[in-house]
Amino acid sequence: MREVRAQPARLLVADDNRVNRLLLSRSLELQGHTVAMAENGRVALEMLQKGGFDLVLLDMEMPEMTGFEVLEQLAADPKLRDLPVIVTSSLEGIDHIVRCIELGAEDYLPKPVNPVLLKARLNASLEKKRLRDQQKDMVRRFATTAVAADLDASGFALGGKRVHATVMFSDIRGFTSLAESQPPEETIELLNTYYTLMFDAISGQGGVVNQMVGDGLMAIFGAPLPLADSATAAVNAAREMIEMVQLLGVERLSQGKPEIRIGIGIATGDMIAGYTGTQDRATYTCVGDTVNLAARLEAHTKVAGETILMDGATRAALGEKAAVTALGPVEIRGKAGPVEVFAAKAN
Amino acid sequence: MADLIDAATFKALQETAGADFVGELVSAFLEEAPGMLKDLSSAYAAGEADKFKRAAHSLKSNGLTFGAMSLAAMAKDLELTGLDGVKARGGDPVAAITAEVERASDALKGLVRA
Repeated sequence: MREVRAQPARLLVADDNRVNRLLLSRSLELQGHTVAMAENGRVALEMLQKGGFDLVLLDMEMPEMTGFEVLEQLAADPKLRDLPVIVTSSLEGIDHIVRCIELGAEDYLPKPVNPVLLKARLNASLEKKRLRDQQKDMVRRFATTAVAADLDASGFALGGKRVHATVMFSDIRGFTSLAESQPPEETIELLNTYYTLMFDAISGQGGVVNQMVGDGLMAIFGAPLPLADSATAAVNAAREMIEMVQLLGVERLSQGKPEIRIGIGIATGDMIAGYTGTQDRATYTCVGDTVNLAARLEAHTKVAGETILMDGATRAALGEKAAVTALGPVEIRGKAGPVEVFAAKAN
Repeated sequence: MADLIDAATFKALQETAGADFVGELVSAFLEEAPGMLKDLSSAYAAGEADKFKRAAHSLKSNGLTFGAMSLAAMAKDLELTGLDGVKARGGDPVAAITAEVERASDALKGLVRA
């Protein structure tokens, strides 16, 4: 038999029968795991809600709250939905087993639990959990927390919904010549620092970076999660980004390197937000006129010699007192008529 | 006495969990058994079918763990037959299983001391 020793895990044994509880815990401890015990379903659920468990071994027939009820509660809790549950029961009848599996139990072990079977099933469940956690971690790394949470809650489906949101485009001025003037390693390092600072400013205001292309990025404020005032959040984030880039510039100058400058375009309005791509590879994004306008405004920062440009809808949402300069109507490619453009300064 | 506890089951339990631990486990059973019997008896008297079934289920489960096969079989019969069926059959099932628990307990004490 293959000896697989799983990584030590933190397990909860829920059983109202003390002999069963002690014996099962003993078997698990002998396998190197850390075990906590609960004498009924209610106590088990409370302990699980506090977190920190990798897996629960759940008896079905328990006073106060049965194993079935615990399974239902776990399935309804987004934080505990994926916690593997191995049902240990000596309930008579196949219908009980079927019900447990339907309620989301990972596996079913009849009591008295055979230690060899227990070890094999447990290790398989823990391994599956490890892979699931790894997958979730990947989603988090390559999407954003908000998109990962949206995926987690509603699952993945191509297609979008109409949302009112604010879109931001930003890129580094003269990046190509900058990249040519230094070794590629330095460019990557600069980009990593730059993105870290930009992500921080954007997510700090509730925005989501959904695209990074070279030195450019696109961020959405107000989707997938609604924001009370997406325009103000985006402009605040833009100001922070400019400040960060200025600080980065000071540091670079002290190292004898050229500083960097960025341009930011912001537009607010209705757009379609959702997953686009194929079933295998998709990205969360927004499409529509508002998105195009934000991209054009970002390009126009070079022409206007400004760092932050926004459209009329964003300007209007900021309120009367906002420190913003009207630049007047500007011809924007793809727009039938001239567009009113406004510039904001960094703080 | 030996017939009361299945030797192979008990030996396997000692080998996997450790003989000392099985001693503790038997002590736990000796402490818990009166409570289970009390639950069974009061559920029987009060006509609480669920509680009756749960108590029988617990006794069955522990009987199986230690290899107390006749106790397990008796408890399984009560669990499956249910309170109404058990009452319809007549006799004194609570007294019968109480006596069986005592016999199994004595046998287990003997095995642990051995």
